[in-house]
Amino acid sequence: MAVMAEPVVVPARRSSLWSRAFESRNFLGAMFMVPAIAILILFLAYPLALGLWLGMTDTKIGGVGRFIGFGNFVSLAKDSVFWLSVFNTIFYTVAASIVKFAIGLYLALLLNERLPFKSMVRAIVLLPFVVPTVLSAIAFWWIYDSQFSIISWVLLKAGLITRYIDFLGDPWNARWSVVAANIWRGVPFVAITLLAGLQTISPSLYEAANLDGATNLQRFRHITLPMLSPIIAVVMTFSVLMTFTDFQLIYTITRGGPINATHLMATLSFQRAITGGNLGEGAAISNAMIPFLVAAILLSFFGLQRSRWQQGGRD
Amino acid sequence: MTTTDDQSVGMDYLESFPRRFLRIYLPLGLIIFFLLFPFYWMAIATFKPDAEMYDYEKYNPFWIVHPTFEHIKKLFFDTDYPLWMWNTVIVSVSSTFISLFASVCAAYAIERLRYKGSRYVGLAIFLGYLVPPSILFIPLAATVFQLGLFDGNLALILTYPTFLIPFCTWLLMGYFRTIPYELEECALIDGATRIQILTKITLPLSLPGVISAGIFAFTLSWNEFIYALTFISSSENKTIPVGAITELVNGDVYHWGALMAAALTGSVPVVILYSFFVEYYVSAMTGAVKE
Repeated sequence: MAVMAEPVVVPARRSSLWSRAFESRNFLGAMFMVPAIAILILFLAYPLALGLWLGMTDTKIGGVGRFIGFGNFVSLAKDSVFWLSVFNTIFYTVAASIVKFAIGLYLALLLNERLPFKSMVRAIVLLPFVVPTVLSAIAFWWIYDSQFSIISWVLLKAGLITRYIDFLGDPWNARWSVVAANIWRGVPFVAITLLAGLQTISPSLYEAANLDGATNLQRFRHITLPMLSPIIAVVMTFSVLMTFTDFQLIYTITRGGPINATHLMATLSFQRAITGGNLGEGAAISNAMIPFLVAAILLSFFGLQRSRWQQGGRD
Repeated sequence: MTTTDDQSVGMDYLESFPRRFLRIYLPLGLIIFFLLFPFYWMAIATFKPDAEMYDYEKYNPFWIVHPTFEHIKKLFFDTDYPLWMWNTVIVSVSSTFISLFASVCAAYAIERLRYKGSRYVGLAIFLGYLVPPSILFIPLAATVFQLGLFDGNLALILTYPTFLIPFCTWLLMGYFRTIPYELEECALIDGATRIQILTKITLPLSLPGVISAGIFAFTLSWNEFIYALTFISSSENKTIPVGAITELVNGDVYHWGALMAAALTGSVPVVILYSFFVEYYVSAMTGAVKE
């Protein structure tokens, strides 16, 4: 009897183990995580670690590198082009972020008014952010053309200038031109996310302020800004992060020229690693961005976050 | 998103129209002009014959006298543009679906199964969102090469999820959190398995979230540039942004008409998709920031 019963019992026990495993949260949770974790480990975590290592080797494309410690960083420290790219990156980020924040907040306040066709206006405003950056950068490239720039043409016709502006041939003109293109692309993101934040501010706060006789400026200073500051912190952190690591606009409009005047750290690392074949040196430049990024995140996040508890809110 | 615009206007009606015009419509109009002008310029250059494009004295640059399809024809028949378009579609659609599948599973596990350590995994995935592609592309190029994926669609299909999965997972976690636990408990009591719960209850209820994540992921893949530029070398495997920049410029000769046509036709599909799903797109964009 026992012998006969066994084939029945064993599959039953096995299936109960199997089904119990599927009821266990930990086992099932692990199974559900497999696709995401596999991709993220193979193509995100591993390359991130590999990048830190590559930065300490003299790897060339198609060759095996040798560990040289901080050799790349020592030679970069003496490289004036590298320091120029650091300067450019900081200038680009600071200049573009300040203007993006100012115009973005202003636009968000305008869009928060009662407007005809409001949702259509909002959809149109977001277009620069939706369209592929490289493709809109091609349009800027043509707008900045030295012979056929429409800006030069209009200013010339208006009698404000006497000859065409060399937008991309002069270092400072080129820097301001790419900053303008970056502002154009980033303003919609800042404006629409801040608008979402504005719409969550309770109107009763404004009504109370109105009864107390607050002016427009006072209402903005004492209600809008403090209520908005947590979301400003997050939006600007993202914006700074995207601007600091920008690659597409520079690569399309100037390729880092004239004479490296607009090279950002990202475009310089591409030039050294992929065009020049020095993977190790390029990775070192990329790695040099990490401390700046961490500092930027901490500064903008915690610096602005603090005002939340200062206002008596949570956290 | 809670809209309070109807109550927030207060004493608007007391404001005279000229004043309101100066305060709101004029600055708004100027900003919108600044934001839209490059598109107008792109569109007009696409349909402008070369004779008008390079002669501002005889023809007003703001208008077209004899519109032409010459540039678009050149782009579609004399270059690899149709192939780039095809590659872009394949890559964007595949990487979006892979990311959505992986993210739905991961977000459900983190938010609802709450296995041991799920909080930390959720945080780690969010940190992955903060890793910018421009510090990852060099070692990733080495990895792609080691795996033998270099110069093929698969290189992009498998690497785009690295920035899509963290974003989609984070967004979907927010949506799953809004679904009441009681619904799942009822289903569990009725004997439904976890997979049935996910596909029959959680997913249908969070469909707007899935659409938002999908639309946003699709536009991000369509716009991606640095990975496609680094991992693809032959013209027939390129995507639109990379192909336009690298193949339509011969040394110092810029084919401005064809470049503009590529920029316009490469943007139109995303804009059409966006115009159908504006609300979803905006909620994806703001949702990722708000969480």
